[in-house]
Amino acid sequence: MAAMTQTAGSAGGKKKRTFGEWARSRDGQKVFVMIAFMIVPLVLLFVFTYLPFAEMFGFSFYKMKYIGERKFVGLDNYLKVFERDDCFGALKLSLYYMVGSVVQLVLALYLATVLSFKVKGGSIFKGFMFFPYLINGIAIGFIFKFFYTRGFVLDTVLQWCGFELENLPYWLKDQSINNISLVGTSVWRYFGQNMVLFIGAIMSVDGELYEAAMLDGANKFQQFIYIILPSIKTIITLNVILSITGSLSAFEPPYVITSGANGTGTYFVIMHEIAHTQQKVGLASAMAIVLLMIIFAATILQKLFFKYVFKSAEDENLNATAKRDKKLAKMAQRKAGR
Amino acid sequence: MTIVQKIVKYAGIFVKYFSLVFFSFVAVLPIISCVITAFKTDTEYQQTNVMTLPESWLNFDNFVNAFQKANMGRAFINSTIILVCVLVVSVLVGTQLAYVLNRFKFPGNGLIRNLFLFATLLPGVAMQVAVYEIMYNLHFINSLIGYIIMMCGTDVIAIYIYIQFFENISYSLDESAIMDGASYFTIFYKILLPLLKPAIVTSCILKAVGTYNEYYSANLYLQDKKALPTVATSLYTFVGPLGSQYNLICAGVIISLLPALIVFITCQKQIYSGLTSGAVKG
Repeated sequence: MAAMTQTAGSAGGKKKRTFGEWARSRDGQKVFVMIAFMIVPLVLLFVFTYLPFAEMFGFSFYKMKYIGERKFVGLDNYLKVFERDDCFGALKLSLYYMVGSVVQLVLALYLATVLSFKVKGGSIFKGFMFFPYLINGIAIGFIFKFFYTRGFVLDTVLQWCGFELENLPYWLKDQSINNISLVGTSVWRYFGQNMVLFIGAIMSVDGELYEAAMLDGANKFQQFIYIILPSIKTIITLNVILSITGSLSAFEPPYVITSGANGTGTYFVIMHEIAHTQQKVGLASAMAIVLLMIIFAATILQKLFFKYVFKSAEDENLNATAKRDKKLAKMAQRKAGR
Repeated sequence: MTIVQKIVKYAGIFVKYFSLVFFSFVAVLPIISCVITAFKTDTEYQQTNVMTLPESWLNFDNFVNAFQKANMGRAFINSTIILVCVLVVSVLVGTQLAYVLNRFKFPGNGLIRNLFLFATLLPGVAMQVAVYEIMYNLHFINSLIGYIIMMCGTDVIAIYIYIQFFENISYSLDESAIMDGASYFTIFYKILLPLLKPAIVTSCILKAVGTYNEYYSANLYLQDKKALPTVATSLYTFVGPLGSQYNLICAGVIISLLPALIVFITCQKQIYSGLTSGAVKG
């Protein structure tokens, strides 16, 4: 690539001397390096992210398949998204996933706190709980189809605990429980990953703070409330925001385990079905755009909410340390960056 | 210490270890049950309870069978090709981009960073509705190269890991090299890239796990399952008529997990640190 820029530089030099001089100067080199280094990632970003985004927006006004004629229908697709029972109504299932992600975050936070103090065999426990995160989605689908089958793993374990098989529901068929079963798999997969994130954040807390607290006679619970929680609230906030938007776009558990049957089809599972099986690309695009709008709105609202909460908490606490101020500034920066 | 304090202390220890053991058990139970079933013969599978241990832990018939039925030899070759190409390209592209974004001040620097960040907000599944159209027009459906190019795309977390790392490399290194008359390319390849090694290893492991496990777009764009299976999509063989032979399926699942397990055991630290640094910045 170095050779390429040099030839480009000299080719320019033949036409115009001043340009050649400029090309050989530091500034000229800088521009060449910038172009050479940024062109590939920017093209990839454009072709596989922003171009499809723009196209999708366009598709949403047409009645079309991937191949064949397209017919302009205006806002019809958007109206359909709200009128069809199977489209917008599917967003109700997100509530299950939201509750699941709250459970997941609390569980991860608890285990992370336990593991960041001295624990025998801590890294083994951590490894066991983290590993599910590294399993591919299809394998997870099979594992849990097997796990939840009547009389198989889960039923057997519950029978060991004294439950009768007749009293147990069909985990994936019974509509009163199957969504909870699916959310369970998502919690199973991600709580270890969240836990590792939280451990990383807790580890970065200054160790002297604990010692000082211990000297002051604070117990573990007080240490958690007054030292750990304030120090890692940035990352907790981030994860709350991510998990709420994540539950709106829940896709994988129903897609790989039940294929959306028996009332487990979340919004995106239905969108996938409409786009790739029924080939109603226009309608699917409209669904995608609608959900994207909702996700943006939810993200912005949450950021404002957390900004407000932290501000008022900060006003009350006049003894805020310089360290914490720095953290807040960082967060504000990130907000501005987003 | 009074007796009450002692009781509280031991109760605390009990609760701590009980919860750790319990949740570790919950985490591994589904996998363990798969391992147990994978070693059972057909009759054993039909006649015994799923949690009964197999008669022989040396019964590898299911593994051989699953490996052949799902064409996993081909799948491992394809996955390796995809993995190597994607890692090489995304490391080169990612580090170069991070270098420019971190070292050069120019109008549009912030804009480019935001463009990449904004891309993470768009959920992948929704985007594939239109990406499919683009892949189709580029004739990238059922093309290994096309799939690889798509997978090389935006990996914001890696870029942020690199940028973070560049921030900790003193700019005086660049300056003294410039004094010596080194070009920007030399500075990047000879001086900065070697220093970036830890960050590259970290982001490579994360990217490798992600690429290896990718099944949604692999299934969408590599539809020719005979010639172009990846390890993840080869498991689709077991959907349908074979769908209830769980001893076979479990063996296939375990085979597909092994590479991830080996990487996990050998590179635990890098995986954890990669996740943490990616998340804190992103």
